[in-house]
Amino acid sequence: MITAERKPLDEILELVGDKKKILVAGCDTCVAICLTGGEKEAEILASELRILAEKDGRAVEVEHTAAIRQCEWEYLDMIADKVAAADVVLSMACGIGIQSLAEKFAPKLVMPAVNTNMLGMPQEHAVWLERCVACGECRIGLTGGICPVVRCSKSLMNGPCGGSHDGLCEVTGPEKEEIECAWALIWERLKAQGREELMFTDRPPKDWSKSSSGGPRKMVREEAKPV
Amino acid sequence: MTATEYKAGSNLEKVLASGAFAVTGECGPPKSADGSVIEAKAKLLKGYVDAVNITDNQTAVVRVCSMASGYVAQQNGVEAIMQMTCRDRNRLAMQADILGASTLGIKNILCLTGDHMSFGNHPQAKGVHDLDAINLIKMYKDMRDEKKFQCGDEMTVAPELYIGCAENPFADPFELRALRLRKKIEAGADFIQTQCIFNIPKFKQWMQEVRALGLHKEVKILAGITPIKGAGMANYMKKFVPGMDVPQEIIDRISGQEKGAPQQAEGKKLAVEMIKELAEVEGVAGVHIMAVEWEVAVPEIVEAAGLLPRPAVA
Repeated sequence: MITAERKPLDEILELVGDKKKILVAGCDTCVAICLTGGEKEAEILASELRILAEKDGRAVEVEHTAAIRQCEWEYLDMIADKVAAADVVLSMACGIGIQSLAEKFAPKLVMPAVNTNMLGMPQEHAVWLERCVACGECRIGLTGGICPVVRCSKSLMNGPCGGSHDGLCEVTGPEKEEIECAWALIWERLKAQGREELMFTDRPPKDWSKSSSGGPRKMVREEAKPV
Repeated sequence: MTATEYKAGSNLEKVLASGAFAVTGECGPPKSADGSVIEAKAKLLKGYVDAVNITDNQTAVVRVCSMASGYVAQQNGVEAIMQMTCRDRNRLAMQADILGASTLGIKNILCLTGDHMSFGNHPQAKGVHDLDAINLIKMYKDMRDEKKFQCGDEMTVAPELYIGCAENPFADPFELRALRLRKKIEAGADFIQTQCIFNIPKFKQWMQEVRALGLHKEVKILAGITPIKGAGMANYMKKFVPGMDVPQEIIDRISGQEKGAPQQAEGKKLAVEMIKELAEVEGVAGVHIMAVEWEVAVPEIVEAAGLLPRPAVA
């Protein structure tokens, strides 16, 4: 799923500026599951903004709502009235939802209240790990179901670099957390599958034109179009 | 070997082809537009090494680029081994730069993935990693041997390249390291330089695997040596430099001396002993001396190791 983290309150306040009628719009799909931007989190942010405004002596009206999915037009219809009444909408959806909302209700001012950060999964409760970058050319069939594009810090395609140590990557995360070496994991998985030889086959350069390097991507399913 | 059989005809290639024990050095370009630094380092190493690595934004810190620095080194009498990392360039830039380097007379190229941006002074930079080092080796081999760009387009004049890469015998999974070297050779590597060796028994174990696969006959292996300038540096490398294996007894040996000149002397002595020991290992074709910001120690070490004069090859 898509994960996101809420922006710092100071940044949100800056985005809101001097607008008086604020709508905090949550999304009850991916960002709700990662406990960042569902209806509950929208309600919490709205309360925070109200309390802060009261403390600072500013007269603002803060409402909250949530769409089942902000990334689909029909679900946006359901929050149209609340959007219409607001001077600014703080969307807590992922970047897709925020843009859908901004497009649907243009030129309404729509601001992001979260930073969308990855396509990941909860490895354990409340811990999400990145698993895909939507590169458009999936090769994990050759790597034991483990993606080196996103899980190797250098997106290596042909095995571990010289910085792999005790199963860990030489790179540590932003909070100095340890990162598993993707190629150490791949090697162990391939061995367990009895497919070690895959480690030594040449992997040609990737076709990045299928990723975001090729420009904004578009997918059309002709067979699914209405007749 | 006749001239026409050389892949690039660089001094390094000829020395290695002659069977002589090769010596390469390393020169880190300055973090400013001061070309005199490179000139001075080149003059210092001239006559003591067969070629010198010119690092490419080493440890992900911005420096004078390896192509310009390599050119300056060659103008000052030392053949360059231009390092090229996948971190900073996409395939267009990597091909353009090798054509450019070739027109400037640079023939030795070292293909590297590159230290991650997070280690350097621009941790917010976007890492390119369009290709990995093995893709890069193959791309340059195809440019040289097939006169083809990565996309398949043909060129009229191919770059003359002696293609190298790095290998770290001390990284994990250890069981993969020799096999990964084979992959690099299959991609087109002509020579390899290893990560700094401090743990000689482990290096020998790796060489045994390399020989078992017959790889020492397919590629020229230069053993990496880093003279230790002091106990502080040894501790730092052990703790903070990725992929480095520094046994405690090495640190103890340096620490056993007084700080300053005595530790430096011990570091040089240790480097000479290690070179002599590594030269005896079957399949080691030369030594790569990485005296990090201590290039001035190299002439003395090379001389004490009995590696002078450097062979003159036609």
